[in-house]
Parts: sequence; structure tokens; C-alpha cells
Amino acid sequence: MSVIEFRNVSRWYGNVVAVNDITMDIGPGVTGLLGPNGAGKSTILHMIAGFLAPSKGTLTLDGAATWRNPEVYRRLGLVPERDSVYAFLTGAQFVTATAKLHKLADPQRSAAWAIGLTEMAEAQDRKIATYSKGMRQRIKVAAALVHDPQILLLDEPFNGMDPRQRLHMMDLLSRLGDEGRTILFSSHILEEVERLSGTIQVMVAGRLAASGDFRAIRRLMTSRPHVFRVRTTDDRRLAAALVGRDYTHAVELTGKGLQVRTSDFGAFCEQIAVITRDENIRLTELLPTDESLESVFGYLIAK
Amino acid sequence: MLNPVIAGITVRATLGRRRALLFAIPAVVLIVLTVVLRATSPTGVVWPANVLGTFGFSVLLPLTALIIGTGVLGAEIDDGSVVHLLATPVRRRDVILTKFAVAAGLTALFAAVPELVAGLLAPNSGKLAWALFVGALVGSVVYSAVFVLASVLTTRAIAFGLLYVAIWEGVLSNLVGGVRILSIAHYALGVANAIYPDQDLQAGLGLPTSLILGTVITLGGLYLAIRRLQTFSLTGDPA
Repeated sequence: MSVIEFRNVSRWYGNVVAVNDITMDIGPGVTGLLGPNGAGKSTILHMIAGFLAPSKGTLTLDGAATWRNPEVYRRLGLVPERDSVYAFLTGAQFVTATAKLHKLADPQRSAAWAIGLTEMAEAQDRKIATYSKGMRQRIKVAAALVHDPQILLLDEPFNGMDPRQRLHMMDLLSRLGDEGRTILFSSHILEEVERLSGTIQVMVAGRLAASGDFRAIRRLMTSRPHVFRVRTTDDRRLAAALVGRDYTHAVELTGKGLQVRTSDFGAFCEQIAVITRDENIRLTELLPTDESLESVFGYLIAK
Repeated sequence: MLNPVIAGITVRATLGRRRALLFAIPAVVLIVLTVVLRATSPTGVVWPANVLGTFGFSVLLPLTALIIGTGVLGAEIDDGSVVHLLATPVRRRDVILTKFAVAAGLTALFAAVPELVAGLLAPNSGKLAWALFVGALVGSVVYSAVFVLASVLTTRAIAFGLLYVAIWEGVLSNLVGGVRILSIAHYALGVANAIYPDQDLQAGLGLPTSLILGTVITLGGLYLAIRRLQTFSLTGDPA
């Protein structure tokens, strides 16, 4: 059982703060590192993997610092985001070479095990140059798993995968987590994290915005006020009708129609059609204006 | 110390890239030039020592070493594949020493061997050919250490190397006497001249100076490259 510990860790590049005073523990099981692009997720993973020194604070893996400590790679596997691999090697040669670099007792056997785990046996004798992006991702996972590490770090592992490959990868990571390994993966897609991990760490602008059980955080996310832009044949009349509803926070008449703030996404979407029909108003546009991940995460920070 | 897995991957990667065609160009230029000069036999010009020695050691040899030396590790750093090597318990020292050994070996193959071939093709220069071959071997080793270091220090190692070869080795070391003490081409010429003394080689340094300074630069370059790779960082996306 391996534990990664962050204590007041910050990392900056010149004047730019990439990670800001983070304290968290990541233990066995699957943990999702969620956040919009540029939130500091890769910086976190690179620091854990010993490829970046914290500017401040301490980061340890089972009590040992990871920076300038190649010994951690006996217990840790890394799947980087960039899909640059040695394209002139076959999948089997790549994974076997990695096994040899780890000085494993039987590199061929370990490689066959890891390739089987990622279901790459059929394509193992083809050059990596001929692989699809999803296959490259899987052969990278096989190489990262070849020494049977306790900790697996994956940077945006589902990028470029088709739905079937995505499901298979999720299933594999779940199994590895159930076996007691510490699996940490980054993603900017909420649904990926939702399906795979019970525990999440939400990063926004270098800060840890939320941490813990996914369902509790999801509730926070869905109960936030939502903003819609509505255009109709009679905006003023619709505004009057909406003001009386308890799920309506605010209604504003703007040059581009109505801006409605509601506390209940589902009720508003259901009722808007009923109201416009009853009031004999024609609805021409209904647009959620704050659905980007950044706005969801921004709300979490404000909380 | 040397890791055979890394050596194998490096040789395949270096020879498999399109830039591998570039390695052969300086060697072909040298041999073609030798054949043309031999056929035309210009009178009053002692060309083997000038062409194979001064021109070969200060232009063709460093260009070959530059392309190979910056490619063995720099290309993997540029495309990110080096992470697959470094995320293993292999010591960073072994990574640098293996990359350096491959670079020096390939440079010797693509620069020192053509020097020998061209030397043997040139008229009346049998002993000179072997002296130039040994000098080129020494040059391959020292240049490789410098260019491997450059590739871990900067992503613009090729540009740095081209400026260094063109200005320092190509012009200044042949015009300004004091510069020779920091010229790898002159270390190589010093070794060649010690084996087969020839005034036309215009060797500015003696054997002891050449060997001592060549060793210092090689070991110093490798030490700095190891230190640099030990603190190799991947940058994430700043927020």
C-alpha cells in the first residue's frame, strides 16, 4: 500500500504560479485529478514522478522524496501525456526494453504479462509507428506496468481513445485500483472521472478547489446557480412569469434577450416550455451560458 | 556503466532518422575532394595535409560530430520520448555515458574512417593517413562530449554547434594563435602531428597539451551533462 503526501507544496515558473500551496494525501485506489487545461494537473504528476522539484513544501512517496531519487521508479510507473515513443520498435520490443531497464529477472515474461493486461498481444509484433493513438496509449501503459508498480500515474490517459478502448482502459484501471494499487490519473473531462473514481482532487488555477468523494462534489457542482440566455417573442411577459417561480434567482432584460439565473437546472429546463406554451409566447433561443468546466470549477473555488 | 539496451535503442534511433543521411555528406565531400585533387594533381600545393588535416578537422569532423552528438539524446529530449528511459531506475550517469559512447563511435565511423580512406587515396600519404585517423578518433571523442553536453543544456544545440564550428573552429582557431588552446580541432591536429610530424598540418599544440586539454574537456563535459540530466525537468502547463 503506497501513499503520496503533499504538504504545502507550491511550484512556480518565474512569476507564474502553477501549483499553489497544496496539501493532500493520495492513497490506494483510483483517484482522479480533475481540472481545466492549465490548472496544474501535469505539474502535480511531474512532481510526483520526480521530474520536477517543488519550489516550496514537501512531497513524499511512502516517506521518501521523489525529486532526484531514481529508486522511486521501482515502485512507480508513469504514462506521460505526449505519445512520443520509440516508433521504430515493435510494441513487444518497447515493453521488453523497459523491462530490461528495470533489470527484471525475466524481461520477456514480464513484458508478455503487461501486454496481455492491456490487450495488446495481437498488435505486439507491429511497429509502434503503425499504431493508432489509442494503441500507443495502451502500449505506454503496458511499459509503465511491466515492473508491477504499486503506483501508476497517468496524464490524460483517455485522450485519443475510441469509446471501446476507453471502456477497456477504465476497466483495467479499476481492477488495478481494486488490487490495492495507488492509481492517479488526470483528466479535464468530468464524465471520465465520474465513471472511474470515487475520490477526486479538483484543481483550478493551481489551487486545490475540492477534494474527496466524487458524489459530494458533484452535488455541489449541480446545485450551483445556472445562467441561461432566453429569447422569445415577448421577453418582458416571460420575465414576469418567471419571477414568481421559486427556482428563479434573478431575471434581467438585456439587449440580447433575457438572462435568467436559476438554482434548479432540471426544473427550469422542464418548466420553461410549459410557461411559454401557457403564456402563448414563442421560444426562439434557450442557451446555457456558464456550462464550461472553468465556470463549474470557478464556482467550487468561490464555495 | 554502459547500458546495452539504451545503446541499442540509440543506434537504431540515430541511424533510422532522416538526418542520418546528413552524416554521410561530410564524408562524401572529403572523399570526392580527395579523388578530384588526386586526378587534377595541382602543382606547388601540398594539399593532403591542408585538406584532410586543417579543413577535415575543423569543418567536416565537427559537423559530423555535431549532427550525431546533438541527436543521440537531444532528439529524445525534444520529442519527449526520453521520459521512457528516465522513468526507470537506470542511473542518469549511465544514460549519459552510453549516449556519449554511441555518439563517439558513430562519429568515428562517419568521420575518422573516411579520413583514413581519403588519406590512403591521397598520393604519398600512407603514414599521414594513419596519423590523421588517430587524430580524428581523438577529435570524435572530445567533440562528442561537447555536443552531448550542448544537447542537455539547450534545445537550440544545433544552432549553438553551427556557430561554434563556423566561428570558433573554422575561423578563429586558424587565425588567432591564442584560441588554439581551446580548439578541439587543434587537439586532434596536435595528436596527428605527434604521430607523423608535418609542418603543413599547422598544428599549434604539442601532444601533451592536446591530450591533457582534450581529456579535461571530455571529462568536464560529461560531468556537467550528468549533473544536468540528474535535474532533468518536465514542465507542466503553468496556470
